[in-house]
Amino acid sequence: MRLVLARLPQIAITLVLLSLAAWLAIGLMPGDPASLALMSDPKLTAEDIARLRALHGLDQPLMERYLAWALGLLRGEFGYSRLFAQPALAVLWPALRSTLVLVGLAVVIAAVAGVALGALAALRPRAGRLVDALALLAQATPSFWLGILLIILFAVTLGWLPAGGLPNEDQPAWMFLILPVATIAFGQMAAYARHAAAALTDTLRQPWIRSARARGAPESRVLWRHALPNAGVPLLTLLALDAGSLVSGALVTETVFARPGMGKLLFDAVMGNDYNLALLALLLVALVTMLATLAADVAQHWLDPRLEDGSRG
Amino acid sequence: MTRLRLGLVILAALALAALAAPLLRHWVAADPFEPDLFARYEPPSATHPLGADELGRDILLRLFYGARVSLIVGLAAALAASALGTALGMWAAWRGGWVDAVLMRLADGLLALPALPLLVLLAAVDPAKLGLPRGEAWTDMLRIIVILVVFGWVGVARLARAATLSVLATDYVRAARALGVTEARLLRRHVLPGIAAPVAVATSLAVAGAILAESVLSFLGLGIQPPAPSWGNMLANAQEAVFAAPMAAVWPGLAILLAVAGCGLVADGIARRRTD
Repeated sequence: MRLVLARLPQIAITLVLLSLAAWLAIGLMPGDPASLALMSDPKLTAEDIARLRALHGLDQPLMERYLAWALGLLRGEFGYSRLFAQPALAVLWPALRSTLVLVGLAVVIAAVAGVALGALAALRPRAGRLVDALALLAQATPSFWLGILLIILFAVTLGWLPAGGLPNEDQPAWMFLILPVATIAFGQMAAYARHAAAALTDTLRQPWIRSARARGAPESRVLWRHALPNAGVPLLTLLALDAGSLVSGALVTETVFARPGMGKLLFDAVMGNDYNLALLALLLVALVTMLATLAADVAQHWLDPRLEDGSRG
Repeated sequence: MTRLRLGLVILAALALAALAAPLLRHWVAADPFEPDLFARYEPPSATHPLGADELGRDILLRLFYGARVSLIVGLAAALAASALGTALGMWAAWRGGWVDAVLMRLADGLLALPALPLLVLLAAVDPAKLGLPRGEAWTDMLRIIVILVVFGWVGVARLARAATLSVLATDYVRAARALGVTEARLLRRHVLPGIAAPVAVATSLAVAGAILAESVLSFLGLGIQPPAPSWGNMLANAQEAVFAAPMAAVWPGLAILLAVAGCGLVADGIARRRTD
């Protein structure tokens, strides 16, 4: 509980600083809304543009516009998305859900496969070298390239799975999830396998494992009951550190597979000069990132009470 | 040891390819930038060993030129981030107090942020509004290097700080201080060599990270702009043509994989050498 209370102000401060930095960065991007209006309607005159700028406060200094926007946010005015012509929140929620489903599935699969591979590596040194090589390969594979290769194999050559996008009413949704989930899970699995192997090898050297074996506990019980739960704590740390980068890293996978998740939304918003949506998406991703990290930290403290408050262990 | 050697061999081969790009251009007598619409998607042949891309340019030649971009961006960004991170990490550990607190809070804050969306946001900044010329290959590269350094110093700084703290607590540092060595000399002669190995590991991982990040940004169209080839933007073009020329999407990714794996092997090798 103390951990949560200590972390919340940190999260709030980070969000405020991030929004300020992002606002300044957006001020440096090409084109403002008035010049976009000019592009879509060449009949507008210079006076019209000046009037538009004054109407929307675009002639005000950057900092004053930021304050007005931030106060609006605090009052619950999230504004509209220019690109989708909808309230920004109506665009953000479905995207967030899509990303969480994608990343959640990938993490579960990666963790199960990774721990299995890691256990194999820790118990059988010969398999360990193979797992090591596989982990190195998986970590070096750029995820977008893997995505393209999977599309070439399963969508173009074999034609078994769709190359991307979203299902129609008569298409099952899981078919559209397989390739993106596999893309993310493959890279993640490597990290879990490496850490699980290291943690298990370390745990198996501990005195309580020796005494369990000395009492005649069967090897499977030693592994499942004594070794794995203790090796789980560092894995949770890894999960905590990863949770955030996964949510934001889904951007690439979502772009490759044209999945309308948070990452793709943010990318499209930045590219389409939809600044309000881009800012909100960035802040939402940052918030989810930090909350996920906090949740994993709390779980870790709960599992291992030896950790002091505030430390990452 | 073997890992280190394997990694170095891979990286040396890629560096050689980058250096030999003009030679290859002379040899295959093709232009890596000029379109040749009659040669679009040409299959591999004697003139185009890996075939031609969607504008009829030689894929192998563009891979070689892409190696220049990827390696220069990766090395420059990682070395700058590593130098900055080492300096800041050492400073934080040596000075302690509020300098340490501020720097480490800043590092924590940067680590907590969603890196990739921020990179996308920053990469979309218009260089013209900062007074830089737009659309030149070197400004693209410089912009990416700066962005990667802004985020890249954190990991090195945390490592350097931890290593510096443990070196500063050793007896030989106390002995040196007792002998009246100046603090500047102490940091240069005693601390810096002591933290060199972990910093080297972090740096080679940073090179891998920078190469990967550059390729992602270029893939998304925010990094190196065509016609200048980079492994990332070659993949972006190839993805649009997966039906016409699937193999064109294989080679640039393989090059990225080799570069990143090479750096990973070097990092692993240095780390193991230390513990052995």
